[in-house]
Amino acid sequence: MSFEVRAERQLGEAKVTANFTSDSSVTALFGPSGAGKTSLLNMVAGLLRPDRGRIALTGQVLFDSDLGIDLPVQQRRAGYVFQDSRLFPHLRVRQNLEYGAARAEGRSLMTLEDAAAFLGIAHLLDRWPRTLSGGEAQRVAIGRALLSGPRFLLMDEPLASLDRARREEVMLVIERLRDEVRLPILYVSHDRAEVERLAGLIVEL
Amino acid sequence: MPGPEEWEVIRLSLKVSAMAVGLSLPLAFAMAWALARGRFPGKVLLDALVHLPLVLPPVVTGWFLLIAFGPQGPAGHLLEATLGLTFLFRWTGAALAAAVMALPLMVRAIRLSLEAVDPKLEQAAMTLGASRWRTFRTITLPLALPGVIAGAVLGFARSLGEFGATITFVSNIPGETQTLPLAIYSALQIPGAEPQVVRLVAVSVLLSLGALVASEALARRTGRGGHVL
Repeated sequence: MSFEVRAERQLGEAKVTANFTSDSSVTALFGPSGAGKTSLLNMVAGLLRPDRGRIALTGQVLFDSDLGIDLPVQQRRAGYVFQDSRLFPHLRVRQNLEYGAARAEGRSLMTLEDAAAFLGIAHLLDRWPRTLSGGEAQRVAIGRALLSGPRFLLMDEPLASLDRARREEVMLVIERLRDEVRLPILYVSHDRAEVERLAGLIVEL
Repeated sequence: MPGPEEWEVIRLSLKVSAMAVGLSLPLAFAMAWALARGRFPGKVLLDALVHLPLVLPPVVTGWFLLIAFGPQGPAGHLLEATLGLTFLFRWTGAALAAAVMALPLMVRAIRLSLEAVDPKLEQAAMTLGASRWRTFRTITLPLALPGVIAGAVLGFARSLGEFGATITFVSNIPGETQTLPLAIYSALQIPGAEPQVVRLVAVSVLLSLGALVASEALARRTGRGGHVL
């Protein structure tokens, strides 16, 4: 399992570049706000097209400008956990968790019930997203990503919008993910302590 | 209580308005989508064109309809030749006039609701494997739906009140093109028909008020990011 990322993209005045390969279970992208960390995650997810470069995962090429490969976002099977959780407000927690199940079709890592137990959200399944606390919403967002049959996880400052107590709650979940689920994780943060605790490789942007 | 002739007027008004909204809703949605999401040359022109009936004197809009959809008009000629549809002095023409007048209001309401849908939610859906069509069906449309319904209700109310373009285009024929406002106008010309005027006015006010209240309630739900499903 490894990320191979060599990408470059002009965004207005700024230029986002990255060049790394990683065999760690968690690879952290670390740097100040505005360094292009989120843009880079979007390029790996297929939401933003690099001007040039190559993005591959355990040998499967997701993007290669020289070979003319650009896998559509739906087929990259990224489990993307956004900073602002982005739960669908018109769907209950259970339907949010099930949204990506169509793609998973049997390749799912775990059942919805297992995921809910793992994440401690089993009691929230019938709730609407707007009634959840920040930590609860973020754990549901992680569950939604896990249940979509992902080959890797992208996490964009999943702790940034949480207070200290909720942070620890979500951090423990991510550590268990790293140690038990064993999906490659690309983790974005501007918090040094956080990335040192989680990541095997830290890429500075 | 309204008499049989007045019931006929109310029935015709509801039929014309329902047809007008049914006809223009898909078009209004497509235009709202283009204006909210599209990037194309001539967008400003389309925006202006859609809103034109809102600011033109309705008589002028009616005259344009006469020119375009009358038997000698290019659109009218084509529709009669292909679909056997005629508009002049027919209730279908009244529906067309109402549809054109209601279109700007509907486009505005739907456009606002589409612009309120966070594209980040659509991105999230696509990372979860949803195609563009599934994303539209399961995320964009349900989130914009209260605004679409509000637009339809608003368009319906506007159609019920349509006068100027209708009387110019299809005249004032009882049982065929005489909708509520036209019937009120006619009754006002007859000495001693005041009770009839009052009854028709009361019906008019009730229908419009009901539509407006419904539209407001739905619009407020959209603003709160509410849900109708």
